[in-house]
This record gives sequence, C-alpha cells and structure tokens, in this order.
Amino acid sequence: MQVTVAVLDAKGLNCPLPILKARKALQGVAPGGLLEIYATDPGSVKDFEAFCRSTGNELVASTQDGNVFKFVIKRGN
Amino acid sequence: MGVTPDTALLDDLIKRRLDELLPQKLEELREKKTPSMTIIATKGTLDWAYPPFILSSTAAALGWNVSVFFTFYGLNLLKKDISDLKISPLGNPGMPMKMPFGPDWFKGINWNIPNAVQGVVPGFESLATVLMKQTIKNKGVAGIAELRQLCIEAGVNLIGCQMTVDLFGFTHSDFIPEVKEYCGAATFLPMARDADVSLFI
Repeated sequence: MQVTVAVLDAKGLNCPLPILKARKALQGVAPGGLLEIYATDPGSVKDFEAFCRSTGNELVASTQDGNVFKFVIKRGN
Repeated sequence: MGVTPDTALLDDLIKRRLDELLPQKLEELREKKTPSMTIIATKGTLDWAYPPFILSSTAAALGWNVSVFFTFYGLNLLKKDISDLKISPLGNPGMPMKMPFGPDWFKGINWNIPNAVQGVVPGFESLATVLMKQTIKNKGVAGIAELRQLCIEAGVNLIGCQMTVDLFGFTHSDFIPEVKEYCGAATFLPMARDADVSLFI
C-alpha cells in the first residue's frame, strides 16, 4: 500500500513553532498517515516525544543528520 | 447499635476492592479528561508577552482547553496593533545586552550599560527594542503577532479584564474582535479552580 507522506520544513524555527506548525500540518493528514518534519531546534527532540505522547499520535522515527533533526509522526485517530 | 460482624466484614471487603479498583478507575478518568489551563497575563512588554502566548499556543496544540485572562498591562497584548510592544533593559539586570549583528566575537560581547546611563539616554528603550526584535528574527523565534494568531487559530480563549479596560480608559474596539469575553475575577476564579494548570504571569 502506498502511504502518502506529508512534509513539514520547520528548519530555522524555534520553540514552540515546530510543534505548532506540526499540529497544523497533522490536521491535513488522514488517520494512519505520515508526517515528516525537519527541524533544527535541539529542544524539538524532547518536545516532539511529549507532543506525540499527549496527542495520541505515534512518533515513528526521530533521527539526526548533522544539525537537522528528522521526525516521522504517524497520525492517530 | 454499632456495626454487626457481617457489616464489618462487608465494609472490609468493599474497602479492599476499592483499593484494588480505584487507582485504575482514576487513571481511566484522568486519561479521558481533556486537560485544561488558565493563565493570568499581567505584563505588557515585548519580553513578557512571550510566556503566555508560547504556553497557551503549545497547550492548545497538545489538545488542551486554554483560557488566558489579560489584566492590567497584560491587556496591551490584546490590542489590535501590538507592533509597538517594547522591552526595557532599565531595572532589568538579567537582560543580556548583545548586538544581533556583526562578527561572532562582537555579538558575544555583553554591553554592561549602567541604569543611570540607560535612564537618561533618549530613545534607549526603542534602541533596545529594535535590537531585541532583530535577535528574535535571527533566532527563528516567532513574533508576538504571529504567536497570538496561532493561539487564536488553535482556539485559545482570550479574556479581557473589564476593570482594567475601565481603569485605563480603553474601549472594546481597541482590542481584537477575537476577545469574546470581558469579565472580572469572579468569572476567572471558577475557571481556574477547574483547570489542571493555572499560572500567573
């Protein structure tokens, strides 16, 4: 099955903008769909964990490449 | 009168069952409840505009119900035009005075300017505000107008303090139309009582 991945570029943005933009972007993703986020705010690593925990979405991946953090969130229902 | 042995047994049984079941039930109820937060925003400077808007927009993004009660100088944050919010380094020794431009060694310098000088140099506050706004931009931190808009979009309930409106001679038309309610302490307190988090900023 082909899963569409929405992409959010939050590079250069600082707390709490990556989270706020992610929430908005997730609204356009169907339940079960994926959202890929790129950010440079080091605080976003912990913040996205907490965000997913309290919003019923799943943090599928959290990786780092240089100073860019990549998160993949699977939207809950 | 008194407790018959049978009732005592029953009471003991109920107590033990409750001890077993209650924690799980409470956890279930907690999970089901939408968290809520109320904030009292009392400050009207550029720096102090951040905490209420950052916390309320983030809480709303987490799915919480949020109400912010703007009172005294905090009411400034509800004005239609908030581009004139200022920051004052005067009497604020915790504020680093660094330049947002130039080479790194220059940006790293903390300019220790005595209050006595800050107080008499005309336009010092405006200069500090310009520098602060540039720093905010450089660091990718949201502008206050943008954060406020995000709060509105996320459904944060913005409340104005009617007493302050009267005290400072404002009218409701000075404020953004998204302020749905103007009220007083008696309306805010019951909201705060039911909130999981309540902050005074």
